[in-house]
Amino acid sequence: MCGIAGLISHQREKENGSRIKKAMVLQNDRGNGLGAGYAAYGIFPVYKDHHAFHVMADSSFALKEVSQFLNEHFWVAHTEEMTIWDKVITDHPLFMRYFLQPKLREDDVNPDDFVIDKVMHINTSINGAFVCSSGKNMGVFKGVGTPKDIYEFFRLDEYQGYCWVGHNRFPTNTPGWWGGAHPFNLLGCSIVHNGEISSYGINQRYLESNGYICTLQTDTEVVAYLLDILIRRHGLSIMDAITVLAPPYWASTKRYSDRKEQDRITAMKVIYEAAMLNGPFAILAGFDNGLFSITDNTKLRPMTVGTTTDYSYFASEVSALYEMEQDFTQVVTPRAGQPVIIQYQNEA
Amino acid sequence: MSTSRLGLQSTFRPSFNLELCDGCGECAIECTFNEIKMVPQGDKKIPVANRLACGACHRCEVMCPRGAIRIVEDPFVTRPHGIWTPQHINRAHLQASTGSVALTGFGAETNLPVLWDKLLFNACQVTNPSIDPQREPMETNTYLGRKAASFREVRDPSEMVKSLIPLDIPIMFAPMSYGSINLNLQKAMARVAKKLGLIWYTGEGGLHKDLYPYADWAILQVASGRFGVSPEYLKIGRGYQIKIGQGAKPGIGGHLPGEKVLEGISETRMIPLYSDAISPAPQHDIYSIEDLRLLIYAIKETSGYKPVCVKIAAVHNVAAIASGIVSAGADMVYLDGFRGGTGAAPNIVRDNVGIPIELALAVVDQRLREEGIRNQASIVAAGGIRNSADVMKAIALGADAVAIGTPVLVACGCHGCQRCSSGKCPWGLTTNDPMISQRLDVEWAEERITNLINGWHHEMQEIMGLNGIYDIGSFRGNRLMLRGVDLNDKELSILGIKYAGE
Repeated sequence: MCGIAGLISHQREKENGSRIKKAMVLQNDRGNGLGAGYAAYGIFPVYKDHHAFHVMADSSFALKEVSQFLNEHFWVAHTEEMTIWDKVITDHPLFMRYFLQPKLREDDVNPDDFVIDKVMHINTSINGAFVCSSGKNMGVFKGVGTPKDIYEFFRLDEYQGYCWVGHNRFPTNTPGWWGGAHPFNLLGCSIVHNGEISSYGINQRYLESNGYICTLQTDTEVVAYLLDILIRRHGLSIMDAITVLAPPYWASTKRYSDRKEQDRITAMKVIYEAAMLNGPFAILAGFDNGLFSITDNTKLRPMTVGTTTDYSYFASEVSALYEMEQDFTQVVTPRAGQPVIIQYQNEA
Repeated sequence: MSTSRLGLQSTFRPSFNLELCDGCGECAIECTFNEIKMVPQGDKKIPVANRLACGACHRCEVMCPRGAIRIVEDPFVTRPHGIWTPQHINRAHLQASTGSVALTGFGAETNLPVLWDKLLFNACQVTNPSIDPQREPMETNTYLGRKAASFREVRDPSEMVKSLIPLDIPIMFAPMSYGSINLNLQKAMARVAKKLGLIWYTGEGGLHKDLYPYADWAILQVASGRFGVSPEYLKIGRGYQIKIGQGAKPGIGGHLPGEKVLEGISETRMIPLYSDAISPAPQHDIYSIEDLRLLIYAIKETSGYKPVCVKIAAVHNVAAIASGIVSAGADMVYLDGFRGGTGAAPNIVRDNVGIPIELALAVVDQRLREEGIRNQASIVAAGGIRNSADVMKAIALGADAVAIGTPVLVACGCHGCQRCSSGKCPWGLTTNDPMISQRLDVEWAEERITNLINGWHHEMQEIMGLNGIYDIGSFRGNRLMLRGVDLNDKELSILGIKYAGE
């Protein structure tokens, strides 16, 4: 069991994290204090074209190694210690923020692949260091604690973002540790997840044969990597990527009257069988152009969505929606397997 | 006792309850090995066992209208010895009297550990709910063949889907040729395949013209003898299989003796009546991987690019071989483990050559993934699959589908007497003797095989459901679904699974 909340301004109006905090605090009992986290989009307007790396490290030695590595492979525009309030959580890792541009060489065709490669390197090869987020104009703040503790620890009142995602963890499969808290991020994509990915074993093998390395001891990580491979590397639309992750049943596919669409879905299901997610899940994913939710085909985990003219809200519990907004034009509970995709109406 | 009888003792015999027996003599007719003789006693005849030929096929027992027969052990007793067991003494005697290769049928009977039995499934408790297959969809649909690595590469999805072989349940009927088994059994398998959305293999004996209507559910074999391979044959199949090797007898060929090459077989195999049908050990146009590539593409060209499967026996270097086969253009790799069945194989080969399918499957799946070519070919695992748990364990290790031969025979009456090559199969399965083969009724066999598959299918759905997985695609290659017990570190690492409790 975990708690999820998200809010997005269609016109990219910024606000601090107080509303997402209220929604998460209300859902406090969906977690057990062993993990909480937030993702915020639009928070670094000054360096919006730089990759903002949030690095956690368990020693200054590890941080130094990360700094050396980053200096070697990136133009570092700015480095700062992340502001924290360590009265609320005393036992915590060190946090550092870097604004980076990749130092591409001639044979580095794709800058995104370059960045991912470096993130994977830090996560797997630098002992005790871990990249929490690597997107542009966004950041992930997460750790071991309750939603309220983590919010206050990272002083999220001080950030202004147009899309906020929150998560509250009740770990059952894997240990609660700072890196294992949600959201999981890769470039602009941040995932929060309630549930358990029973297909993890094959998802992980699929990703590994495509060059990803799963290091975080938790199943949610694969969702971030799967979206990366599907959308960024294979060029699928968000809708198609969602079809891959939570496809219609074969029985439904066979009932399609449009033969071409039937074959298209069949081909996708066949090609991406190993990327399909099985097990109970409700996922909320932030990306550079918006926010979307998916649930498993049996709807074993909750997700509700509320909308107003200018905002959309997501939460595990309806009551949490009302912590963020009182006056909805619509509150819906998506059906099993039905995605909800919200994209910004203007350019950044 | 003459010395020529050394080593011929049977270790079973029919035991007759003479109080129930009414002397009808049915048992003597049913026994095709002349084990039972009717002898007069008083005013009626009673059955007597010769105690020479009983192989525990249980035909007489099952068919006795009075239920008066039990097959019992009649041990061939030798002084207990750790190495020279009765089996070895018996075989040495037998060969000393014949001077020939000892032949046998069925699958290997060595007491090497069966790794399937050391694998255990996971199940949902609390944190993820199990799904009840009686109430929720539980799908086993599978597509075999070459798949694109990404959807972006697919120009025409309809073309790609058309090029694949759909299976409603990932079970296929293993290649058993017309000749090694009779037409009735092939008909029954063909009908079941069509009815349940499965695939059956012809084996190397060609496709009888009565079975042409079932060719769309058949993978037709091109083996070293090229029996029945005609221009038409190369057009009508759902797919084609190049047979390189067989799990029960890797590296050796086959021989259907001339006396078994009767009219239908002669016509279907396209060889003269009563001529020996020899399958050479290698395919004499395939001495290398380059040659295999030529044959794969020759078949693709003639068949209109239908999927081509290459069947190999699981041998030591199977991962590298399979990788080569995929690179050579095969759309499916069929792995046959050393426990696979056979109609006739040298005893010594059946029990001592090849490796278990569990290990072969695990290394091939892993190797193809490491090389990034797993999407290019499907993996079919065969050779020693006994029940639906074995099927699901194979799927979890990475098989796209499994093929079963022996379970089909067993469903149709086989009790494993291992005398398939004798031509006298009392159940009418591995014989083409017109009198004996009519014992196998096509409708009856069809019903039995259908029941077996339906039963297994339900059980497979249970295994998926209790793991909270509604689509077999998420089970395939999902080795976290398995834990091992009584396995050493090497076995665990080859299988790619964790020990129970981890």
